[in-house]
Amino acid sequence: MRYSGLKVITEGLFGNKGWGPAWRNPAPKAEYDAIIIGGGGHGLSTAYYLAKNHGLTNIAVLEKGYLGSGNIGRNTTIVRANYYMPGNSEFYSHSLKLWEGLEAELNYNVMHSQRGQLILAHSDGQRDTLARRGNAMINQGDDAELWTLDQVKDFAPYLDFAQTRFPIYGGLMHKRGGTARHDAVAWGYARGADRRGVDLIQNCEVTGIDIENGVVKGVQTTRGAIRAKKVGMLVAGRSSQVAAMAGMRLPIESHVLQAFVTEGLKPIIDSVISFGMGHFYISQSDKGGLVFGGDLDFYASYAARGNLPMVEHVMEAAMTLMPMIGRAKVLRSWGGIMDMSVDGSPIIDKTHIEGLFVDAGWNYGGFKAAPASGWCMAHLMATGEPHEVARRFRLDRFRTGHVMDEEATGSQHNLH
Amino acid sequence: MRIPCPLCGSRDRREFYYYGSEDYLKRPSDQGSIDDLDNQLFLRDNPAGVTRDVWYHEAGCGAWMVVTRNTVSHEVLGSELVAKKKGA
Repeated sequence: MRYSGLKVITEGLFGNKGWGPAWRNPAPKAEYDAIIIGGGGHGLSTAYYLAKNHGLTNIAVLEKGYLGSGNIGRNTTIVRANYYMPGNSEFYSHSLKLWEGLEAELNYNVMHSQRGQLILAHSDGQRDTLARRGNAMINQGDDAELWTLDQVKDFAPYLDFAQTRFPIYGGLMHKRGGTARHDAVAWGYARGADRRGVDLIQNCEVTGIDIENGVVKGVQTTRGAIRAKKVGMLVAGRSSQVAAMAGMRLPIESHVLQAFVTEGLKPIIDSVISFGMGHFYISQSDKGGLVFGGDLDFYASYAARGNLPMVEHVMEAAMTLMPMIGRAKVLRSWGGIMDMSVDGSPIIDKTHIEGLFVDAGWNYGGFKAAPASGWCMAHLMATGEPHEVARRFRLDRFRTGHVMDEEATGSQHNLH
Repeated sequence: MRIPCPLCGSRDRREFYYYGSEDYLKRPSDQGSIDDLDNQLFLRDNPAGVTRDVWYHEAGCGAWMVVTRNTVSHEVLGSELVAKKKGA
């Protein structure tokens, strides 16, 4: 079924009886051409682009829970292409272009809203860094504007400009940045993949990876063995557990990242604002809740919930940046399990096992990357060669010294 | 989360700096290979369950310790001084 405004009206006139499920719920077959482990944003987009770009439709996505039950529904929904480093810059630029055509592509409303993202500068040095980053973005073909203090004041008058501790010097505006409805991205890709013949198999946990003489043969699951010549692992925070089934250790440590949402408020923050001093970012959802987050709790964790010191830190950053937020009530908070790589950049690569591919290490930036990650992973799985914009996301780059430390904090597990 | 320091007793997590997996203490010998370095610095088991990682009592006594804890429940099971470990 194709969704349209006309369809909504006609269905409304006839009691909404014509809407069917958005995807089938098939039982697993004994064999597929390719298997995707992980039915989240990256897994579903990989399946979609394998079918759409490479004509591979005899494929299955195996999800241990329900589709989109992981980090695709646990993030702060920010979409941007403001990376500096070669390797990251072209990748996220490609992703943003895919976002811009995603709703037409999928015939699905992912509520992508290019409301702009403003990063604030609080010192001369930070402003210089933002200018440099903005130039890199422009050279990449994306948009960036270095804003003066007056421009920031005009745009976001509710920020605390009077304070002496972290005075605002200006900011970098990325107008094509914004937000999207996170679940809808998973649902849109799921529906698109299903319509092209991909089997989306839920409640099907992979319990083993079958490997013979260094070649992948298939997987063992809670719903039986499934054979395939190609297997892709896209399981975010659980990457180490799945890779361990293939006898691999990954350069990844899983950490918890918390996020928060307030009760619904009238429109007040009409863009994404990033505080340059406290690793704090905020936007307002279409339902009215202020959605915000901060830094990792900074210790390895699979708990999907954080500790109070980081909650306190995030609230302090919020109050420092915009004291008005103190009047809002926090509705809930949650944590996601982040697959933190050693340098803070992702991995899309083959493994030493023939036919086994890995897409992991998305750190705290996986949401906006979902379209391009799927695009590039599909390219890699179909052709055996890395996609041009993901060619630096090598699995062995730490060992070979080709690290991509976007934050320039060092290639060490506890620093990203 | 509270961390038991072998010298100071149970203290607030905020007094500690998290360094990472105990793998960091497994330094390769002079004759070690690139694989050994890769395993020490980058590759990780990253267990969902009991793990052993290195913490530094930054705002306390300054001791380095290996803490045994559960990454799923956040339960802390014990700690020992790095200085008391052989070869560390």
